[in-house]
Amino acid sequence: MKIAMPVDDKIMESSVCITFGRTPYFLIYDTETKESVFIDNSAAASQGGAGIKAAQTVVDNQVGALLTPRCGENAAKVINAANVKIYKTINDSIKDNIAAFEEGKLLLLDEIHAGFHRHEGA
Amino acid sequence: MKIAVLSGKGGTGKTLVSVNLAAAAKEAVYIDCDVEEPNGYLFFKPEKIESEKVSIKLPYVDEKRCTGCHKCVDFCKFNALTYIGTKLYVFDEVCHSCGGCVLLCPEKALSERDKVIGEVQKGVSENVTVITGILNTGEASGIQIIKKLLDDKNEGKNLTFIDCPPGSACIVMESIKDADYCILVAEPSLFGVHNLAMVYDLIKLFKKPHGVVLNKCLNGENPSEKFCLEKGINILGKLPFDNELGTLNSNALISVRESEKYRDVFSSLLQTVTKEVQYETAINS
Repeated sequence: MKIAMPVDDKIMESSVCITFGRTPYFLIYDTETKESVFIDNSAAASQGGAGIKAAQTVVDNQVGALLTPRCGENAAKVINAANVKIYKTINDSIKDNIAAFEEGKLLLLDEIHAGFHRHEGA
Repeated sequence: MKIAVLSGKGGTGKTLVSVNLAAAAKEAVYIDCDVEEPNGYLFFKPEKIESEKVSIKLPYVDEKRCTGCHKCVDFCKFNALTYIGTKLYVFDEVCHSCGGCVLLCPEKALSERDKVIGEVQKGVSENVTVITGILNTGEASGIQIIKKLLDDKNEGKNLTFIDCPPGSACIVMESIKDADYCILVAEPSLFGVHNLAMVYDLIKLFKKPHGVVLNKCLNGENPSEKFCLEKGINILGKLPFDNELGTLNSNALISVRESEKYRDVFSSLLQTVTKEVQYETAINS
């Protein structure tokens, strides 16, 4: 199965990015082939709706699961619509989280925050 | 002439100043652009109210026609559209109603639908035409309502006062865009001067002629006054931190219509403002 994770840099020794929608990169990791691919998150500099666009990228990469410290409401709608499961990361280490996922130790992310949308009135 | 009244935060006295200036004029139009929480009408209690709904355009998908080409998804700058599996999703609250996706769709699978987001109410209170914008609770942006409010046909023959939303965000920019003059209302505190600096930066950016009304003035140091003197900003007038004015205002009464003292205060402020605007318009034309 392929899994996606927001990451700060394009190396396995980097860390899990604290934000989902505006993360600079995504790691797409294949649990069977152990292959890792880093992709740019084109949503990072969006004027708005970054979570939606980032989620589209994740979904378009045919992943079965998303591992993230948090996820906004709109992004979660997109991910859920694609039947991709969202798991909460345990720390900022990419390798720890992959290991925990493979051992079935990660919990589903149940706190979906309302987003940090830059509404015009704010 | 259109005069916008603004401040960096709520509760500074925008409504007090704009309502009373409009009431002090022989004839004026008062437009409440604080669409999230309009309160000018509470003072004016306008009669003969006519309302008109305001709606925005949102894309609507005909799923039978959509082939999933992603053109609309890729086009949308605000990422209001997403295509998952075999279905196109629209995020209404993210959409800015530009209509681009509808124009672009090669399959003509997208069309526009109206969504009511609020209304504009127009009424009369003695010498003042009162126009109020109301944004429905839960809606993300009142820009379309402001656009409707500031439609040229609402403009007064002589004087139009625009009571702006608090702050310095998009919705305030939309409110002051076509104003001939800006009155900044400021409080005599450090917090007050911080908020004054925010709106001051904004109107400088828009190159608007402007002046400041210092509200809630007490004896002693006034950081906002100091700021004006340092920056060379014209102080149009000072309103005292006064029990009578506060009581009238908190009872939703218009001071100009209730108290001789304040009729004089606001009439003289109106005179100063009018002169300023005429002077600014003359040198800028």
